Amino acid sequence: MEANIAIPTESKDTWNGGGTKPFGASYGKMMMWFFIVSDALTFSGFLAAYGLTRFKFIDSWPIADEVFTHIPFVHGEYPMYYVAFMTFILIFSSVTMVLAVDAGHKMQKSKVAWYMFATIIGGLIFVGSQAWEWNTFIKGSYGAIKTTDGKILQFVKDGHQIALSDFVVGERTDDRVQHTRQNGLWFEKEATISKYSVAQVVNAYKANPDIQVRTELIDLEKKQKTTLSREEGLDYLARGKMVVEGANLKVNEYGNTIFADFFFFITGFHGFHVFSGIVINIIIFFNVILGTYERRGHYEMVEKVGLYWHFVDLVWVFVFTFFYLV
Amino acid sequence: MAHAHESNVKRIWMVFGLLSIVTIIEVAFGIVKPDVLHLTSFLGTSPLNWIFIILTLVKAYYITWTFMHMEGEKKWFRRSVVWTAVFLICYLVTLLLIEGGYLFETLAPLVRW
Repeated sequence: MEANIAIPTESKDTWNGGGTKPFGASYGKMMMWFFIVSDALTFSGFLAAYGLTRFKFIDSWPIADEVFTHIPFVHGEYPMYYVAFMTFILIFSSVTMVLAVDAGHKMQKSKVAWYMFATIIGGLIFVGSQAWEWNTFIKGSYGAIKTTDGKILQFVKDGHQIALSDFVVGERTDDRVQHTRQNGLWFEKEATISKYSVAQVVNAYKANPDIQVRTELIDLEKKQKTTLSREEGLDYLARGKMVVEGANLKVNEYGNTIFADFFFFITGFHGFHVFSGIVINIIIFFNVILGTYERRGHYEMVEKVGLYWHFVDLVWVFVFTFFYLV
Repeated sequence: MAHAHESNVKRIWMVFGLLSIVTIIEVAFGIVKPDVLHLTSFLGTSPLNWIFIILTLVKAYYITWTFMHMEGEKKWFRRSVVWTAVFLICYLVTLLLIEGGYLFETLAPLVRW
């Protein structure tokens, strides 16, 4: 078991903080582990809160397959693939990280540097992918109507969801103009106004008999959203308050607003961890190149940032499961 | 460095292969969603969800034990980290999910669809 401790010899204490190491682990490594425990509890807090909220709205929670359906440069609906790709990238960067640690044990400086480099690249690809995922989510793909009691109404044709632009024609007819800072009495602007007005969407619905309204309510037998009859749909649309396109912290075309809030918060918090992991990796990468650890006689710092990096991967495994699979 | 010559490279790639296979299985189930597993219920949720959760824990185990090298740490160091985290997380999740279920039972009848 001694083989796995980076500095087993008594003479090479990192900070000379005493020769005795509790649990045979160096001070830095042990504290990194205890930090990871506390950070794991933070993430569990978020995911458990997500679980509570999901259970609270179990009959209307958005279905992940209908939310995250896009792949860059490809049209059509392909749920899962993109996020699976992101998962692979992160697992693979974890592998290069552990290979760097392994090379560090053998004091192979250039190997450590190359593996660290690969890890950084993997992290950058992951963060970039997440930025794309956010962008797609924020822009939205279909558009929906929000009712006065806060429900989201989506539109389907032949059992498939369709975008507002697929059946609503023409420009807004109510002469609503975007209010900007420069033409206001006060220095404030309004949020982006939607492309279509509620009345326009309702009229287009009336004009197209093959379009139906879908509510958030889940049929627990089939685990699908409920599609309303034409007449019921009209009743629901009569309560329409605003047209929603995309998602932000206030509205969400995919369903419950709090779903979007949790998505932004949890994946954002994780993404921030990845980002800080990349920064730390870059610092260590340059230290490796400069030969800092070669002179120190051991590569334990690589091992410590490795622990952090694997932890980020570990968290993603859970985020992946609870946001996209379950 | 008692066993400095020993390399874990082979084992690392084995674990990578294993994690990849598990992920592929998860994604395949997530895309296909067989009705037998998806629409039935077992211990409070669908068997499919249980498969996802178990496979996630398998992945977590391999990442922690191999990549983070928990298997090489002293037994009580390992326990001080793993037992603490596992106990507190189970505790938190249990309480919050029970509370979530209660909120649903209480509030759902008040929502008009």
